[in-house]
Amino acid sequence: MKLIIAIIQPHRLEEVKKALYDADVNLITVNEVLGHGRQRGVDEFYRGSKETGNLLRKIRLEIAVNEEFVDRTVKAIIKGARTGKIGDGKIFILDLPRCIRIRTGDEGQPAIG
Amino acid sequence: MNTVNSGDTAWVLASAALVMLMTPGLAFFYGGMVRRKNVLGVLMQCFTVLCVVSLQWVLFGYSLAFGSGSPFIGGLQWAGLHGVGFEPNADYAATIPHQAFMIFQAMFAVITPALVIGSFAERMKFSAFLLFTVLWATLVYDPVCHMVWAVDGLAHKWGTLDFAGGTVVHINAGIAGLATALVLGRRVGYENKSMPIHNLPFTVLGAALLWFGWFGFNAGSALAANGLATSAFVVTNTATAAAGLSWAFMEWKFNGKPTMLGMASGAVAGLVAITPASGYVDVTGAIVIGLLVSVFCFIAVSIIKPKFGYDDSLDAFGVHCIGGMWGALATGLFATKAVNSGGGDGLFYGNPAQFLIQVKAVILTTVYSFVMTFIIIKIIDATMGARVSPEEEVMGLDLTQHHERAYTVLE
Repeated sequence: MKLIIAIIQPHRLEEVKKALYDADVNLITVNEVLGHGRQRGVDEFYRGSKETGNLLRKIRLEIAVNEEFVDRTVKAIIKGARTGKIGDGKIFILDLPRCIRIRTGDEGQPAIG
Repeated sequence: MNTVNSGDTAWVLASAALVMLMTPGLAFFYGGMVRRKNVLGVLMQCFTVLCVVSLQWVLFGYSLAFGSGSPFIGGLQWAGLHGVGFEPNADYAATIPHQAFMIFQAMFAVITPALVIGSFAERMKFSAFLLFTVLWATLVYDPVCHMVWAVDGLAHKWGTLDFAGGTVVHINAGIAGLATALVLGRRVGYENKSMPIHNLPFTVLGAALLWFGWFGFNAGSALAANGLATSAFVVTNTATAAAGLSWAFMEWKFNGKPTMLGMASGAVAGLVAITPASGYVDVTGAIVIGLLVSVFCFIAVSIIKPKFGYDDSLDAFGVHCIGGMWGALATGLFATKAVNSGGGDGLFYGNPAQFLIQVKAVILTTVYSFVMTFIIIKIIDATMGARVSPEEEVMGLDLTQHHERAYTVLE
């Protein structure tokens, strides 16, 4: 089992969701987060005082999948999120030792789907 | 010799303040409807119109609109308010200082270009917007205002009935909005459905402020504290109430549930439609005008807009132009001299000629405003570019046009 974490541009969320549904990946958790990569955010001004390097809004997706779903999930995220410009985001893939469905107490592979 | 009436003057000055509040009210009505990243952009545009047109109006706008000149536009004899003093001007309002009439009209000149923002929201460059506002106020609002309301104006001489601005304000702004939406094109990611609304309570607050301010707009247009002002006040409230309910029931029937946005949109549509009629119709006319305007506007924004695919972001065209057209035509149906002896009778009171005059005035306003606006926005787009870059549009107008943001996530 893997936990896939992706940081994407907020305006690509709908496209990513669509690509995930098309790939039959239906279970996702979405957070709004702040961050910046190499583009270092945008300067802001309030009554003339400058605040540099401010953080930009990003969307963080968390998707827990069984091994055979990893590749298609990654492909779907890239398909939906890529614009080719700086700021498109990153995908992190982590090992997931355990997963438990609260309603039934199921554990492991069946609990994810 | 005309003498100033203190009651009339007090009411018109108070009405001017009420109409002034409509522009910030509109800012919240629109600001709630855009995405979070663009809310300051919209508030800023509305506030900018308030600042820019207030100056344009006293410098030369009032003179072009109401000064005597040709049937199409006034002269410059009142530029800088030269000769616009404390003595009444009997052509427009015989019992209040000429300057009171001027500042009341200034607030109409302010809100009209602000209404247009609803069609190009979320994608216009601020510098282009600033130039557009000055040019549009001067080359579109002032001439249309002159044609309909000035004593030597073309449509005024036809006998057009437009009590508070169905043609001058609403058709004018709404059709101009459509022209800007067509020239600018759709927003990035727009697929024939509305973009997510970021703060619906702001929109409802804005609609409520518009309703409140509109009593100044319509009842103030009597230019006196009298029975006609009272009648305008009553029919304004009545039509708005009917339209708010009507829109909600349309949604209930066709979409499953009545919504807050729908009821607020209906109320605004009702305010728009009763505007030209408010000094000429009784409550029966007001109820019919209100009930039907929501039907027409609902069709415009939920059927016609998706079918043609233009991106009228916040429905300035769908609500103000369509609602304004219905109101202007309905004035020609429901007007009665029983309400206003200085007005006229409409079709249902035995005078079909009035309806034809209203049709002519609607066509004049629509064609003039659409063509002129199209030319202005095309020229701006060709010279300085009217639209922000796709990257800026994605990041939002708040950060890219103003270097500030409305809401923090941390702290």
